[in-house]
Amino acid sequence: MARRGTRGTNAARIIVLGATSAIAIQMCRVLARDGAELMLVGRAALRLEAIAADLMARGARACHVSVQDLSLAADAQRLTAGWVANLGGKVDAVYLFFGILGDQEAARSDLAELEAILVTNFTAAAHWCQAAATILEKQKSGGLIAITSVAGDRGRQSNYAYGAAKAGLSVFVEGIAHRLAPSGARAVAVKLGMVETPMTEGRNGASVLRVSPESIATPLARLARGKSKPIIYLPWFWRPAMLAVRALPVSLFHRSRL
Amino acid sequence: MAWGGLKRDHYPMATLRFADEARGLLASRPLANVLAVGLGRSYGTSNTLSGGALLDMTKLDRILSFDHAAGILRAEAGLSLNDALAVIVPCGWFLPTTPGTRFVTLGGAVANDVHGKNHHSAGTLGCHVRALGLLRSGGEMLELRPGDPLFAATIGGLGLTGLILWVEVALSAINGTNVSGERTAFHALDEFMALAAEAEKTFEHTVAWIDCASTGRAFGRGIFEAANWAQGPLGEVHAPAPALSVPVNAPSMTISHPTVRTFNALHFRVKKAKSGPFRQHYSGFFYPLDAIGKWNRLYGARGFHQYQCVIPEREGVAPVRDMLDAITRTGNASFLAVLKRFGARRSPGLLSFPMEGLTLALDFPNRGALTLELLGRLDDIVRAAGGRLYAAKDARMSRAMFESGYPDADAFARFVDPAFSSDFWQAVSR
Repeated sequence: MARRGTRGTNAARIIVLGATSAIAIQMCRVLARDGAELMLVGRAALRLEAIAADLMARGARACHVSVQDLSLAADAQRLTAGWVANLGGKVDAVYLFFGILGDQEAARSDLAELEAILVTNFTAAAHWCQAAATILEKQKSGGLIAITSVAGDRGRQSNYAYGAAKAGLSVFVEGIAHRLAPSGARAVAVKLGMVETPMTEGRNGASVLRVSPESIATPLARLARGKSKPIIYLPWFWRPAMLAVRALPVSLFHRSRL
Repeated sequence: MAWGGLKRDHYPMATLRFADEARGLLASRPLANVLAVGLGRSYGTSNTLSGGALLDMTKLDRILSFDHAAGILRAEAGLSLNDALAVIVPCGWFLPTTPGTRFVTLGGAVANDVHGKNHHSAGTLGCHVRALGLLRSGGEMLELRPGDPLFAATIGGLGLTGLILWVEVALSAINGTNVSGERTAFHALDEFMALAAEAEKTFEHTVAWIDCASTGRAFGRGIFEAANWAQGPLGEVHAPAPALSVPVNAPSMTISHPTVRTFNALHFRVKKAKSGPFRQHYSGFFYPLDAIGKWNRLYGARGFHQYQCVIPEREGVAPVRDMLDAITRTGNASFLAVLKRFGARRSPGLLSFPMEGLTLALDFPNRGALTLELLGRLDDIVRAAGGRLYAAKDARMSRAMFESGYPDADAFARFVDPAFSSDFWQAVSR
């Protein structure tokens, strides 16, 4: 499906993997206001269609949707190339938003749960990143922006499976950034702190540190075309915060229930 | 939590993000257990439900379609007017009518059948709703249009007839983002009536502020404003968020009789000096209070009562005079007293508040029994005149007051969805 808007032709062309995520939706609204052309990828067709209609009304130049279970990445290379072709043969940014928090408690004994967390958040994500990197390297421009998490900065009893997968993804994307540097293409891992989304609903945690998806939408959208370090924290205060968490002595850390 | 801040309870809350989740959230609800809420700008008890669960609609905020040429907007119920305007204004469209804040949701605006400064020319928002999607707790997804009895119950139906999922509204065309008009000081209520009657012939928007702390010769003085949309260009959209915000509850003395009296006297003089033609951006004209975030905190930790009534046309201005008299006599004063003549255009809503006549909106810091006693006196005047109170502003309406003001209340009750309720409805329904 493609709907044509009325904006100019210098529109940013963006692929969003996991476009029904609450954060992706808000970021896409910012991109739509600037007249971007978007390819929205996710599992739920009706939701993607509703999001696409909303983005068109908010100024997107065009909005395509592709229904795909992103935890299955065997065809990543071919599918990504197809989406780029749908966008006119060039892409300015590929955003990777999909992920699952999973149930850490269950993952202690349930191997299927553990595997789902690791495969969705790392193995599949890495495949999609690799596919994007290959295309970006070839076109010598554009950026891969992968959402990871501060949970990957220190293993904690409450979410080390999720944390480990996200830590792995951060390093993977950092490596892609290194690989792409000579070509002029970019890659960045965005370590998010706590954001008010369905993923964090009903969970405890310092609510003063929790930010709204709206508040990080603009900085995320800016990464589509702006330069950035290979690893950034969003909001910024998580960098010093996680520095402090990592510096906590084990004797103290092991007494906490973080 | 309601905007008046009289109660500060927290209620269990579920968030609706996609329309397809709604059926599941409503399924197998006990009786009178759920109420959809938006941005929490209703003042009293119509957006709370003790012992039940609230459904946060603000994330269900997608625009479903926007026809630039015809000016038809269809959007999910949680879309804020703030966001809607950001999209429609640059295309030369505005809401057919707007309340005094843009921080309300479209669904909430329909559920309260809001009115604005153009009521005499445009009627309520409900007059411009072309269709709406309503999900009943039994699982029926209904598309309602004017003429359908359930449509009439849902317009102004306080969210009690089911879950409003989307609304389609006919917008009104604008040629610019400014309004231009006339500001006139008046020194008596009769003078206001004459000004309003004259201005309504040529102006789309009219409203008056009343200095309701004034006594003696100054009694009934105020400032009358009338305006029309000005010709082009389509300039800037409003600032998306308030520049200033009240960080904490102010001391309870902040808004009290002496400060209100002083403020009002000063405000009258300043505005009187600025009499004559004016031209301003729509945000300053329609939404002056939106410039200050969380202004309700100025009333302090005990909160405040809003009181908005309408007096039928045939009663003239006398009941309003009696009310202002009752207020000053008891040493009370309202900070923001607003007077407006509603027009004859009838809303389709069974529980719609506006009727042809005079509406007076007041607010009083909560002083417990003293405030309630005054409001009781005002009730007597309104009831004797055949008027009614506005549920969106109310935290204390009695069943008798509700029934005398809303002759269609019984007809409405038949359309209430059994799973839905609110503290307001618990208080006034049988």
